[in-house]
Amino acid sequence: MKARLKFSKTGTMRFIGHLDLMRYFQKAFRRADIAISYSQGYSPHQLMSFASPLGIGLSSDAEYMDLVLEDTEQVSDFITRINVVMNDEITVTDFILLREEARSSMSVLAGCDYCIAVKPGKDSFLCEPARRKEMLEQFLGRESVLVLKKTKRSERMEDIRENIYCLTDSPEAFAAFTGRDCRTLSLEKGGYLPVLYCQLTAGSIVNIKPEQVLKALCEQEKETYDPFAYQIHRMEMYADIHAKKGEIHTLASEIPCSLAALSEFERIDSFQ
Amino acid sequence: MRKLALSDDILLSIEKPARYIGGEINMIKKDPSMVDIRFCMCFPDVYEIGMSHLGIQILYDMLNLREDLYCERVYSPWIDLDKIMREEKIPLFALESQDPVKEFDFLGITLQYEMCYTNILQILDLAQIPLKAEERTTEDPFVIGGGPCAYNPEPIADFFDLFYIGEGETVYDDLMDAYKSWKCQKTGRQEFLKMAAQIPGIYVPQFYQPEYHEDGTLADFYKLIPEAPDTIIKQVERDMSHTFYPEKPLVPYIKVTQDRVVLEIQRGCIRGCRFCQAGMLYRPIRPRALEFLKQRAKSMLESTGHDEISLSSLSSSDYRELPDLVYWLIDEFHHKGVNISLPSLRIDAFALDVMSKVQDIRKSSLTFAPEAGSQRMRNVINKGLTEEMILKGAKDAFIGGWNRVKLYFMLGLPGETDADIEQIAVLSDKIAREYYEIPREQRNGKVNIVTSTSIFVPKPFTPFQWAPMISKESAEKKRFFLLDQVKKQLNAKSIKYNCHDADVSELEGVFARGDRRLCNVILEAYQNGCFYDAWSEYFQYDKWVQAFAVHGLDIDFYIKRERGEDEKFPWDFIDIGVSKQFLLNEYHQSMKETVTPNCREKCAGCGAAKFGCGVCVEDRSQ
Ligand code: SF4
Ligand code: SF4
Repeated sequence: MKARLKFSKTGTMRFIGHLDLMRYFQKAFRRADIAISYSQGYSPHQLMSFASPLGIGLSSDAEYMDLVLEDTEQVSDFITRINVVMNDEITVTDFILLREEARSSMSVLAGCDYCIAVKPGKDSFLCEPARRKEMLEQFLGRESVLVLKKTKRSERMEDIRENIYCLTDSPEAFAAFTGRDCRTLSLEKGGYLPVLYCQLTAGSIVNIKPEQVLKALCEQEKETYDPFAYQIHRMEMYADIHAKKGEIHTLASEIPCSLAALSEFERIDSFQ
Repeated sequence: MRKLALSDDILLSIEKPARYIGGEINMIKKDPSMVDIRFCMCFPDVYEIGMSHLGIQILYDMLNLREDLYCERVYSPWIDLDKIMREEKIPLFALESQDPVKEFDFLGITLQYEMCYTNILQILDLAQIPLKAEERTTEDPFVIGGGPCAYNPEPIADFFDLFYIGEGETVYDDLMDAYKSWKCQKTGRQEFLKMAAQIPGIYVPQFYQPEYHEDGTLADFYKLIPEAPDTIIKQVERDMSHTFYPEKPLVPYIKVTQDRVVLEIQRGCIRGCRFCQAGMLYRPIRPRALEFLKQRAKSMLESTGHDEISLSSLSSSDYRELPDLVYWLIDEFHHKGVNISLPSLRIDAFALDVMSKVQDIRKSSLTFAPEAGSQRMRNVINKGLTEEMILKGAKDAFIGGWNRVKLYFMLGLPGETDADIEQIAVLSDKIAREYYEIPREQRNGKVNIVTSTSIFVPKPFTPFQWAPMISKESAEKKRFFLLDQVKKQLNAKSIKYNCHDADVSELEGVFARGDRRLCNVILEAYQNGCFYDAWSEYFQYDKWVQAFAVHGLDIDFYIKRERGEDEKFPWDFIDIGVSKQFLLNEYHQSMKETVTPNCREKCAGCGAAKFGCGVCVEDRSQ
């Protein structure tokens, strides 16, 4: 039985890396006595995979993990059972059963929403509302946004303008754009000052990081980029209902992308 | 968000920040303001090593059973964070509450190996606690040491207020009760130490004074106050089946050395190998009841979600109900994907059967620790493993499909000759020959033998405590000689030879049998930048040599001489049950190449029977 989990990762859990998170879930499933199917072969491992690794330091309200369950008996109280054996900074918020033919989160991932906040005790040129308005206007009016892309073999400039679907400092405007409520951030509790909201292309073919957008803004404003000043918080992950394997559609494409949250994509039913 | 002692900026600038955030699954949470005693337990090495230690886990659980006490943990900050903490003057903090360690009542440091001694100073220094006990005031925690190295605490005596000699399960409660009543009295630090000194097993170094002869040997060791006992008797947990053992061990977020459930099936060893300190310190052997072990195995696997359980003991094969336990574990848990690992298992039919059930034969290897190459030498060290047993075990395993073998030996054992060393190579080769004797179609590719040697380090409370240790130069020669011998063997291509660093062994030898004068050497080396000495990439031999020179002490004095039979040792004031006379007899027996039977065959009258438990009171007729 294919299933998908949506979970948050906040607070001190920001410092747990991707591989450790995998081990964390493996052990949590065992503690909860939830039977995950194992791979075949000499060193069998639980069948699970994440949509997209979250870098150390980032927080999230919408991480996704796919897994294969041994049977459907464990479906009904899944969320309660798993959450009692976890710490409160990693919490499962949704459990989704998938169609048998559903593709993995990792392969269908097409976009992500992020909130960028200034950390408590830090200062940033983004804190000032008037200046922020002005710079965003200028930024969004640009033909191109060139960023340096480093790979193992080469360094080249890449234009990411078309991959920025939305960039705003207004939660209302962002909510209107995405059709989702963005004021339920677990981030808002601790003295953080949200300054930007964005929706960016994501996935295995093109993956735009919010840090790249921030850096480009800094460049435009001739400010130095201080990576420690910002908390980046993932708010949602999406699949594109039009895209076939290997395709990317952006908002500007002939068939523009049409994003559906991973929790709603290829879903057959959900139990609370 | 849980409070953290380190800022995001720091956590994001260092390696593995999860080492410092605490909050692990099964971590004990208490309100520090609601307890009378705050205890911080420390393993002076990096998190991944410290978190893998069973002893701390046992004490952590046990102490936290007291409602009036909160026991937390701390490990050595890694080099990157160490630097930042010094620069920014951030006090060392405990993982649970993230509060500074200097605010605690106790700092307990477990002493597992000599090469962590400078890390103790790092801990004290970062915690902003005065390094020497005599400089501490009522504002500072009491620093208490325990563990195997506490059996010769003298080289680090100046840094500790107290040592706990023996197994932690026994008298910690008395010590904590004494502390509470002292706290109400509001008297000085000395007053508490006096109370503590009267609790069995507690050693307060500042109440004792050593004196030395001209030649550097110990002349006298006497107490300075009447309340202190003349000898400190090791404290023993007599009933291993009705005592503390965690049911919910901590589960770290990052991968640690022991990423599994550890089940201690028994404590102690019957074998009495003459080089082995653990074998003497933990006498007599005390098995835990089978039912107790089953119950704990189940609860620990359920509460941690680990996918592996390791049975821990000095010599698992000597646990009589081992087959019952192992087959039960396989039946209960193997189908749930739980692996069972059995270190220290003698290779025999049972071992092979179990291993074939729980391991991937193609990936696992057989381990033998003959410790010496020749039978003569194995008699000297009282190692009961014969060549016949090794070859038979290897052969059966090869037929069963294994093709990897690991062999462990020591170089520099007392009275060792070139002929003895040559036998290490010969034995390795004989094992390879066994492999090629089985028909080609039954073989699983090539045989792969890894022969490792370490340098023998004489330890206190062993029959070899009188014996000299070989010099670095001689260790080097022996290694080259052995390498040559390996190359001469028929199957030289199948044998890989590994050896252990001689510089570190030398220092380990000094500290193992050292005296109180070494405190200043350790302090000097630390102040010159030595720490993490157990990590070869950070070990700075030259600085150590310099530190000895500054304090006019001679490395050779501690390791190279054979000690006189009537020499007074710095650790003689500790009574581990096993008598000095027994150890000396064993030393004599070793020179005669005579084997002493193990505890189950025949009691050798070592002295540990006075504890009235374990194998000493077992019925030998069965
Ligand atoms: S078998 Fe020998 S080496 Fe091993 S623990 Fe026992 S006494 Fe020590
Ligand atoms: S007294 Fe005898 S049985 Fe007991 S530990 Fe010593 S030698 Fe073994």
